[in-house]
Amino acid sequence: MSGRLEIAGVTAHLGPRAVLEGIDLVVAPGEVLGVLGRNGAGKTTLLRVAGGALAPDAGRVLLDGRELASIPRRERARIVAVVPQDTQVPFPFSVVELVLMGRTPHLGFLGFEGAHDLDVARAALDRMGIAALADRSVLTLSGGERQLAMVARALAQQPRLLLLDEPTAFLDLRHRLEVLTVVRELAAAGGSALVVSHDLGVAARFCDRLVLLDGGRVLASGPPRDVLTADSLRTAFGIEADVSIAADGVPLVVPRALAF
Amino acid sequence: MNVLRPARLFAVLGALSLVLLAAIAVGLAWGPSSVSVREAWGVLFDADATGPAADIVRRIRLPRVVVGGLVGASLSVAGVVFQALLRNPLADPFVLGISGGAALGGVAVLSLGAAIGVGAGAVPFAAFGGALATTALLFGAAGLRGRLAATTLLLTGVVFNAFASAAIVFLASLGGMAEGTSIFLWLIGNLASARTELLIPLAALFALGLACALPLSRTLNLLALGDESAEQLGIPVELAKRVLLFATALMVGAAVSVSGLIGFVGLIVPHALRLVLGPDHRLLVPASALAGAAFLILCDAAARSVLPGRELPVGAITALAGGPLFLALMRRQQRRGLIA
Repeated sequence: MSGRLEIAGVTAHLGPRAVLEGIDLVVAPGEVLGVLGRNGAGKTTLLRVAGGALAPDAGRVLLDGRELASIPRRERARIVAVVPQDTQVPFPFSVVELVLMGRTPHLGFLGFEGAHDLDVARAALDRMGIAALADRSVLTLSGGERQLAMVARALAQQPRLLLLDEPTAFLDLRHRLEVLTVVRELAAAGGSALVVSHDLGVAARFCDRLVLLDGGRVLASGPPRDVLTADSLRTAFGIEADVSIAADGVPLVVPRALAF
Repeated sequence: MNVLRPARLFAVLGALSLVLLAAIAVGLAWGPSSVSVREAWGVLFDADATGPAADIVRRIRLPRVVVGGLVGASLSVAGVVFQALLRNPLADPFVLGISGGAALGGVAVLSLGAAIGVGAGAVPFAAFGGALATTALLFGAAGLRGRLAATTLLLTGVVFNAFASAAIVFLASLGGMAEGTSIFLWLIGNLASARTELLIPLAALFALGLACALPLSRTLNLLALGDESAEQLGIPVELAKRVLLFATALMVGAAVSVSGLIGFVGLIVPHALRLVLGPDHRLLVPASALAGAAFLILCDAAARSVLPGRELPVGAITALAGGPLFLALMRRQQRRGLIA
């Protein structure tokens, strides 16, 4: 497996506003990269650029050394899977139907799923611990259950690179760890992941490296203990925080007050 | 795990085909002069049959049943496609204004045609022209920045429908009583004045619409995730949306041109089927074609038979019969806890 993502000098606009300016980052195979930053810092836009949903105005996006835009859509979908922030589905698809949608880039033209696809979907449901929800309508799921289903859908896609946009926002602590454990497993198998998160604790624990965005630029990047410092948190989030280093070297962030 | 397998697809479509055959039999048998179902079938499969019953069945009822079936199937398939395309379960074939454009074209001929020497025979052509013009407008307005955005499409359609209604009222008030009545009948939708010689183009445009919607039916499923997520699953979303919108618009335009604005079919048939069969479009699209055809054929048979000696516009029957039927179905599913 690989799934090396390289973003070099990327600038992107939404309308007239520059949302990303001169972003450089690399996600190597075997690695989980966390992207942090306040609301509107450009995290989601970065994820859209990385997934090919938004073409950058300048700079390059390379996937395994190839220009992302030059990779045919279907082939790209077999390499990269995206878990968006929240997905509202207008029709009562069952959870297993939703997860099977992840098989799309692996199916033939008319798109009937075979036994193998069902096995993959079942394994993804099991992995996320939602096998019991398989026949439930997605319209009846809670926000957290829907998020687990969306992660299962991305797993069913069998990607090498997983892009997740706040995948743990609606999840309880156990499910947060569950999602990030799955992400780590993908990295351990030689894949890679880019995770946007507001959960500094989980990001520090589960990501190999962090990128802290501020106003569309990279404010800091590197191992969690280098990125999560009182100074950078003050600049990036406008908060005062106590940062201590746990016994295993992971920084612990406890917010104290608003910074002025 | 309940997943659509080809066996289930064929079983459901087989059952619905039988329903359609039954509806055709009823459509051939019912009407002002009674013909038994057995007699009607006999005429259909016996090329040598003669007599008044044979004439009625072959010359009058059969073409009408076929037109009704095609119109019902077109409107229902268009309803399913628009609901998926716009990610909006409340969408119907008329929501994007294609019907408004067609109605405007048709009414213009009905009200002004006599003055400029154009007869009612030109109505379907003017209506189809109106539908085409509206489709062009939709692509122009919503496709400006390279993406067909659902909200822009819906807004354009709603605004255009309002404009068309106003223009229709204006045109209708120009004419006299006779024009007024024919305009009213056309707007409510009826098959009595459907021109059966238009059967071939109607069938061709329905076939085109279905030929686009069927292979793209799994794409319609994926659109529920949103355009961007569908794209990231490897689907050429913009192309698919354009093909679907164009083919479906032609299908709606053809149906409306022949029969006027028969409401309710395109909203209720997809919903009723979704309640019973689930939301998978690979099943929903062909099922809507069969069930929509059967539903409109039956409604038209009722329109010809309920009042002795006269005929109701079928557009009145679809809502009268379909409304309660749908509410009953929804109640049943609610009681089973299948929907909220």
